[in-house]
Amino acid sequence: MRSGRKIRVLIAKPGLDSHDRGAKVVARALRDGGMEVIYTGLRQTPEQIAETALQEDVDVIGLSILSGAHRTLFPRIMELLKQKGMNDVMVFAGGIIPGEDVPEIKKCGIKEVFGPGTTTETIVTYVFDNVPKRA
Amino acid sequence: MTTFPREPKTARCARALTKIQELAQGIFGGDCRSIARAITIVENNLSEAKDLIAAIYPHTGKAQIIGLTGPGGAGKSTLAEKIIREYRRRGKTVGVVAVDPTSPFTGGAFLGDRIRMQELCMDEGVFIRSMATRNYSGGIAKATKDAVRILDAAGKDIVLVETVGAGQSEVDIIRVAQTVVVVHAPGMGDEIQAIKAGIMEIGDIFVVNKADRENANKAVTDIQAILQLNDKENKWKPPVLKTIALTGEGVPELLGKIEEHRQFVEKELKHEKSREKAESELVEAITEEVTSSIIEDLRKEGKLDEFLQKILEKEIDPASAAEKLLKEKLKRN
Repeated sequence: MRSGRKIRVLIAKPGLDSHDRGAKVVARALRDGGMEVIYTGLRQTPEQIAETALQEDVDVIGLSILSGAHRTLFPRIMELLKQKGMNDVMVFAGGIIPGEDVPEIKKCGIKEVFGPGTTTETIVTYVFDNVPKRA
Repeated sequence: MTTFPREPKTARCARALTKIQELAQGIFGGDCRSIARAITIVENNLSEAKDLIAAIYPHTGKAQIIGLTGPGGAGKSTLAEKIIREYRRRGKTVGVVAVDPTSPFTGGAFLGDRIRMQELCMDEGVFIRSMATRNYSGGIAKATKDAVRILDAAGKDIVLVETVGAGQSEVDIIRVAQTVVVVHAPGMGDEIQAIKAGIMEIGDIFVVNKADRENANKAVTDIQAILQLNDKENKWKPPVLKTIALTGEGVPELLGKIEEHRQFVEKELKHEKSREKAESELVEAITEEVTSSIIEDLRKEGKLDEFLQKILEKEIDPASAAEKLLKEKLKRN
């Protein structure tokens, strides 16, 4: 267990695909890493994800998507977070996201993209190292 | 606060207080972000938590606080969703604190109660917060009570607290909620479990959920039988209801009983109950205040290890050590 303030993470599945094995594995790994992980289930709208992040006051959001709709959904989520004044939340993504889309996704504010084959240790370490500091 | 190390302490304190005042104003206005941030503050027990609670305390006491407890898998979250919907239909705003356990080994937690309630997320009249127990025993988290206060001060008509899956000893919910609803399901070993003390004694209302299942009526009779034995001079006789949380069947009746209980408490027990509650809260606050100030002193003076060593070597027992430390502390003040 690492010390300090508890890190709160929202693991969300935007859009219409129903493959949540990856999301659950990552959620479990972060939990085992000592974080508090909120999982909201399948088929979340960008609005629901942003509102949940707000109410739960999370430090980090992990988005899992396998439907191919990331170029539509991710910018919308980032825009809503900005509207709600949540610029200090770190957002990462995973799932099936073609490499050529990654630069565009990062441009809209997603900090990192993890593709298939990423170890859970990589993700847990990344979250620990990149969790935003709060005033 | 660490960003301006050279700033004089008084200025820093003043700025912290302004921040708390702003946060409190946000809470009174029902602003979601302020509510969310405030709950994080009371959860982390930051130095600001005390000031924050002091600022909002006069604005609490208006909400109706309902506790939902019972064994894991009985359908608490699903039932909670239907209860919230029914209150919304009646024009009430609802705040929810859903508690799940923290792993004692990693300190992490998987908070999944929201899955069942997520459809309500976009309703402006509903605020849902998941909370990990952070190894506080008793079925709720240490910060649950303060989170309830924040939602109360934010003007929510109803505050619903869902405990962790609870058995015989997770009974702290009675210190938070005005009405405790204990949720069971058929075929969960009611016969034996019902005899045990604890959760069977704290319910103001009992619910047998999944009532479309076999043995539902048997579960109702079992609970009723136990309640008859419990019954002493209590004026309130806890009713046993049946619900099917998936369809919402029985939920309006449940709300009716909750309202009946609220009126009963208001009329018969209000003074007694609030006095009891105030007393237990004061005792808890004193305990914490004294404990932390003594431990802090020990740490500051570097004497904590010394005392622990003495205890380990059986030179002194913990209770005598505590007595000695308290006496020394009082002498010094």
